[in-house]
Amino acid sequence: MKLVIGIVRPEKANDVLESLYRAEVRGVTLSRVQGHGGELDRVETYRGTTVKMGLAEKLRFEIAVSDDFVDATIEALCAGGRTGEVGDGKIFVVPLERAVRIRTGETDHGAVTPVAN
Amino acid sequence: MGALDTVAAAAIDTGDTAWMLAATALVLLMTVALGLFYSGLVRSKNTLNTFMMSIAAFAVATVTWAAVGYSLAFDGTGSLVGGLGHAFLQGVDLAPREGSTIPHIVFFAFQASFCIITVALVSGAVVERMRFGAYLIFAALWSVLVYAVLAHWGFGGGWLMGNGTLDFAGGIAVEMGSGFSALAAALVVGARKDYGRQALLPHNAVYVVLGAGLLWFGWFGFNGGSGFGINDAGVLAFGNTLLAPACTLVVWFALDAIRGRKVTAIGAATAIIVGCVVITPAGGYVSPGWAMALGALAAFPCYAMIVWRPRTRVDETLDVLAAHGVAGFTGILLLGLVAQESWNGVSDGLLYGNADQFLWQVVAAAAVPAYAFGVTFVLLKVLGALMPLRASEHEEALGMDIVQHGEEAYVTGEGAILISSPDAAEAGEQRGVPVANPI
Repeated sequence: MKLVIGIVRPEKANDVLESLYRAEVRGVTLSRVQGHGGELDRVETYRGTTVKMGLAEKLRFEIAVSDDFVDATIEALCAGGRTGEVGDGKIFVVPLERAVRIRTGETDHGAVTPVAN
Repeated sequence: MGALDTVAAAAIDTGDTAWMLAATALVLLMTVALGLFYSGLVRSKNTLNTFMMSIAAFAVATVTWAAVGYSLAFDGTGSLVGGLGHAFLQGVDLAPREGSTIPHIVFFAFQASFCIITVALVSGAVVERMRFGAYLIFAALWSVLVYAVLAHWGFGGGWLMGNGTLDFAGGIAVEMGSGFSALAAALVVGARKDYGRQALLPHNAVYVVLGAGLLWFGWFGFNGGSGFGINDAGVLAFGNTLLAPACTLVVWFALDAIRGRKVTAIGAATAIIVGCVVITPAGGYVSPGWAMALGALAAFPCYAMIVWRPRTRVDETLDVLAAHGVAGFTGILLLGLVAQESWNGVSDGLLYGNADQFLWQVVAAAAVPAYAFGVTFVLLKVLGALMPLRASEHEEALGMDIVQHGEEAYVTGEGAILISSPDAAEAGEQRGVPVANPI
């Protein structure tokens, strides 16, 4: 069981969701975050104040999956999120100790594997 | 000269002039209201760019109007276009304009405010992807080649006016002119990259409703001022500007409720504009009762257009054609049916026995859309051959605010590093220099 964390461009949200759906990955959590990777900073000017925006808007996908789904999830994130330019984001995979589906009380594998119906 | 001045001064009516000063300011507010309305309808990353397209109309259209636009529209009675007698404001002074009771400069300013809002209206077709620089050049040329010419046709003494076509406050130049030009602009510039693939939703419905409300407020100056003073026509138009949009709202509510079981706020904002537009050509020419009927009737074609258009490939983004083109077209035509000489002192419509009036309304409703569409289409094709009209896909994805203006509408300031401070200047830092790790 792993937690796949994908940081992607906000404008790629729909593409990522679509490719995750195609990969049959159903459970996702999405949040708006700000961060800095290696990308060129944007320079913005507000009247006399010129600033360098060190943080860029990103979306953070959190997807808990059973081991069989890890590669498919990573591939889907890459396929949906890639533009080829600096700033496409990163994927982190971390081990997951426990997962519980609140509705049924199922744990671990049963809790993160898509419901077949 | 002294004698002339005395004659001129005597012809100015202070009441008329006072109202026209206020009406001009009201119409100027409409362009800001339009910017608010439009920017609420786009995605948040394009808020400022969309607003700036309206604000830019103040800059561009005022200058072109003073240079040649006003003269081409209002100098003389040439059939297709006016002369250059007022180019660069020649003869636009404090004396009353011939046949009016207000100073020429006030008449000029009032007409300028119409040119400004019309240019801003067209921007609704190309928001979220057109390059700002290309838009400025387009706006400047369009204000002369399309707006000034149509203004001459409709109320500057051109062939439509000369043949008796009625257009009280700009159904020809402002509404049909902007609406059908918007269609051409959308076709030439092309759809947004995500159009038809993703839901592209309004980011702030409150801006939309507030913008529409302020547009209605300004429209009392737009229509009420088109009598050029305190007179029957202007006062009638003022009253009709209340009545028509209210009836459009009623019908729009009903159509919304029938179609989706809910009455929508953005629908209401649209209805206000449709109602104001349909009464624009008819304002001072129809009875208050017919104004209410016109407002109600206009809802149907415009509603149908707004429902149908997004299902097509034409990304006429903010529905300028539906709200202005179709409503203006409807107003110009229906005016030919229901005008009443007993109210306007000028002419009857078809229902009151004057078929000629309807005929000339039909001619206007055919010729004006064709001219506006054709000239705008060619103008943008030519510009497109000389420069890119739209931003790259990558820039479109980032949003036009950052790409075109280097600003954001909803900036948080988190992670912003000051680079215009004295220290930074000494260090010789420059714009756009990549910094490996500023944090």
